[in-house]
Amino acid sequence: MAKTALQFQHNGRDVAIFVDGGTNLLVALRELIGDMTPKFGCGQGGCGACSVLIDGELHLSCLTLAETVAGRSVETLDGIKDGPNLHPLQRAFADNFAAQCGYCTPGMLMAAKALLDRNPQPSRAEVVEAISGNICRCTGYEPIINAVLSAASGGRARA
Amino acid sequence: MPVTVKTFTSTHDAAAALSSDRSARYLGGGTLVMRALNEGDISISTIVRASDHAMTRIDASGSRITLGAGVTFARILTERDLAFLHAPARSIGGPAVRNVGTVGGNLFAPVPYGDFTVAMLALDATVSVQGGLGGREIPIEEFLQSRDRQAGSLVLAISFARPGSTEAFRYRKIARIKPKGGAVITLAAHLTVNGSRIVGARVALGSMAPTPIRARAAERALEGRTLDASTINAAAAAAVEGTSPGDNALASAWYRREIVGVHLRRLLSGPE
Repeated sequence: MAKTALQFQHNGRDVAIFVDGGTNLLVALRELIGDMTPKFGCGQGGCGACSVLIDGELHLSCLTLAETVAGRSVETLDGIKDGPNLHPLQRAFADNFAAQCGYCTPGMLMAAKALLDRNPQPSRAEVVEAISGNICRCTGYEPIINAVLSAASGGRARA
Repeated sequence: MPVTVKTFTSTHDAAAALSSDRSARYLGGGTLVMRALNEGDISISTIVRASDHAMTRIDASGSRITLGAGVTFARILTERDLAFLHAPARSIGGPAVRNVGTVGGNLFAPVPYGDFTVAMLALDATVSVQGGLGGREIPIEEFLQSRDRQAGSLVLAISFARPGSTEAFRYRKIARIKPKGGAVITLAAHLTVNGSRIVGARVALGSMAPTPIRARAAERALEGRTLDASTINAAAAAAVEGTSPGDNALASAWYRREIVGVHLRRLLSGPE
């Protein structure tokens, strides 16, 4: 079956790949572009491990048909740090012990970024709502919620 | 297995492609069809998409509301004119699912999903579909009864009358995980009151049958009565009648039968 040419922006960089019909964005990112930060968890839209931002909006890459991102901007965890400097959310996750096994962390960080990009000072309830599509089996969520709140307040105080 | 992806600018062409190929599925937000592909569903060999802007149109200015089939739940949550639908829209998925999940796709969502459709059933919605031979308007109840045969036609939009007052439409979803999770059961009611009597009561239940259904016995218990304690008791006692829930990981059929009356009572009694 013919492959389809696909061009989009990956973390601010133009990329061009050929995808099979029906390929999801997660497979395209991991296997064709080599960005291993979005994780495969369930493939059903239930866990949030594959969360990425498409044109700034939170999406599940496993449920996104790859060719629908043609000409759009895809942002993954790989793109949020600035050279050797961690993104404030990454720093806050480390400081608040918000990552244990780490498998949910890329998705959690992208969901948290989607929230803080449009609401820089969220309430605790808004943080809970923002990460409600992301499952973590280690932390019990409290350290993650605290990390997002601490990143929101510039790492100074806990809301 | 690779599939063929066909994208059309017109809904007419998309509907023709769907109806001519038994293995074709329409891709809306992807929460059902991409999930099936990820699980290796070999019954799908063609994906059909339509980029027609009519699919994402919202007309909520008048007393009759029309939602394009491609309208997402996130979009509904930004529409002030649709405030009465914010509760069902918010009860679905996490934010990423609401960003893609559509009103049209929800009509096809199996148990324990399809919460928005329960609200649509209570509101007596009409589903506009485009088949290979032309367009049709189907009452939502009829649409749901023949849902398995509807995959070959394209849902264009869903329309319904705006509830007369904010108390007229009520919605309640019981889930084990909050704020996100599949439904144990879902309830919606539309109660129009004339003077003090209920006229044209509609009660819809999700996860109490393979598709959302109306609780007709409960509706009969409400019809023509005032919404007082004895009416609510009668409706709650009748809620389970005619239902055929199944077992799944969230709840057993027995448990669903046990609680449906309890939650209908709470729904009818108003905010706790």
